[in-house]
Amino acid sequence: MTQGTRQDERTSEVIAPGHTLSTVTDKITKIVLTRSTPLGWYLGFAVAFLLVMVLLASLAGLLWKGIGAWGENVPVGWAFDIVNFVWWIGIGHAGTLISAILLLFRQEWRTSINRFAEAMTLFAVACAGIFPLFHVGRPWLAYWLVPYPNTMALWPQFRSPLLWDVFAVSTYGTVSALFWYVGLIPDLATLRDRAKSRPWKILYGIGAMGWRGAARHWERYETAYLLLAGLATPLVVSVHTVVSLDFAVGIIPGWHATIFPPYFVAGAIYSGFAMVLTLAIPLRKIYGLQDFITLRHLQNMAKIVLATGMIVVYGYAMEAFFAWYSANPYEEAMLANRMHGPYGWAYWCLLACNAITPQFLWFKKVRSSVVALFVIALIVNVGMWLERFVIVVTSLARDFLPSSWDTYSPTRYEIGLYVGSLGLFLALLFLFIRFLPMISIFEMRTLVPAGEERRAEEPR
Amino acid sequence: MSAPHKHAHRCFGVLAEYTSGEALLEAIERSKQDGFTKMEAYTPLPMHEVSHALGHENDLPKYVLGGGILGAVTGFGMQYFAAVIHYPINVGGKPLNSWPAFIPITFELTILFAALTAVLGMLALNGLPRPHHPVFGVPGFELASRDRFFLMLLHYDPRFDADRALATLRATRANTVQEVPHP
Repeated sequence: MTQGTRQDERTSEVIAPGHTLSTVTDKITKIVLTRSTPLGWYLGFAVAFLLVMVLLASLAGLLWKGIGAWGENVPVGWAFDIVNFVWWIGIGHAGTLISAILLLFRQEWRTSINRFAEAMTLFAVACAGIFPLFHVGRPWLAYWLVPYPNTMALWPQFRSPLLWDVFAVSTYGTVSALFWYVGLIPDLATLRDRAKSRPWKILYGIGAMGWRGAARHWERYETAYLLLAGLATPLVVSVHTVVSLDFAVGIIPGWHATIFPPYFVAGAIYSGFAMVLTLAIPLRKIYGLQDFITLRHLQNMAKIVLATGMIVVYGYAMEAFFAWYSANPYEEAMLANRMHGPYGWAYWCLLACNAITPQFLWFKKVRSSVVALFVIALIVNVGMWLERFVIVVTSLARDFLPSSWDTYSPTRYEIGLYVGSLGLFLALLFLFIRFLPMISIFEMRTLVPAGEERRAEEPR
Repeated sequence: MSAPHKHAHRCFGVLAEYTSGEALLEAIERSKQDGFTKMEAYTPLPMHEVSHALGHENDLPKYVLGGGILGAVTGFGMQYFAAVIHYPINVGGKPLNSWPAFIPITFELTILFAALTAVLGMLALNGLPRPHHPVFGVPGFELASRDRFFLMLLHYDPRFDADRALATLRATRANTVQEVPHP
């Protein structure tokens, strides 16, 4: 029985049989160049664009009224903005994991999902960046965070995790953009060579920078790509570690825990893979890419969601264990407040979403059902948002002194900003799948049987 | 002896098209046997055997290592300079050179500099961006980004002669062989 199951999984290929260099190229370029845009694209983009307007309206209102337009108050100084920042950054992590870590581990199945997962990273980081930028209150002075020669001879506080975050997130954004663009260069050359109309030929040609597939170029290209993967791997771990230190270095009960860095990194990968599933499942259906994004991809991603989900659950268990075992009254009060305080509902919803829901993925039947995977992925996205809400808001609302306690609820500006950031993310994704190849064409060429034969043994 | 000079002015090289990577590898061997040393292959996917057959050297990793070291020195140096030399301020009795707190930014700048060196170095060593190249003028070369493999014997080979190059490549499994005019 298990033998048979294993056989099934192995035979479910990373690319449907029968494809060659030319069919792979044509099928992916066709989506961008010749196929008429599906009606769903226009509808989806219209909705996303509307939400971008909500984002702009929320930001305009915020700038007009000042940070007081938000529901944040004195104990709860970090709220929706930081919850959403951490949520978006975490989503981005799966893209880097797929493109860098799985490349280093030679997981060939990553090939058809890495391009749009990287795009997802880039857009998620862009959305994440909005929140801290506006949370500083006077975003036109945000450059104060950067060390630069100034007349006051002042420097930023290099010993603060908040400043580490500035460096970590901006490096992460830059490296993600580089990685994505480098991966696109040979495909932009393919589009330049296939495009029929001259303006598009010129635009794709500018992007391709004169790429002509010379062997000498490929050699350096592959080296650069591998080195970028090797650099992005520790980077992605460092980014969420630094994000977790924003909390763990503080002394608030519920934040001050040594388990935060690994637990945050696992949570980031968990939420990111859930988001990749959320996006991949409708995309492969709408654009008929079941040949390239096969059930095997979805199943592998489901397994990663399950594995990282278990690490996250271990993190929740350890937080509770520390609170009890430390015998620290403040930690014990924090736990009681989390479970039964004013935001207790969020904690129980979080456990239902993140601890119970992924357990269904133990069953192969569930992993093989596209609909079930989509629903589970959506629930995990909600669960990870709740996790950050519980950590940020519940901990701040009730710290050491009852006299300083207060509760927090978001205003329409905060909700508008969050919903708007979802719109920005979707709008960018819609533009990406319309104008750029959402699957890496040249990497898919290395997967087809003809390409593999030609490739023979890799000496590296 | 006059023939190479006559061609050198109007011929950039001789280009042959193949349907498979194996045919391309055979053609590289054949051209080497015929004494050609300067040649370039164009493939729709990265092929390590081709760059090995052509004997390409790749210095990029050294530059990237240099970039990473420069990033680390810049990152730590900036923080040390700010905290110890330029604006020393006692915070909670901690040492001015509180180096463990400087590691995250040092690390991030190491990665940033190394990644920028990898990408910009790859482009610079490859001579990109280069909007035009003589090979783009060859009809059918656009298939190099789809499913065809090309080999070009280059005019600056000391032993290059257009007629000899045409003869060598015609003896391989090439679909087409043509001269690439100099721009």
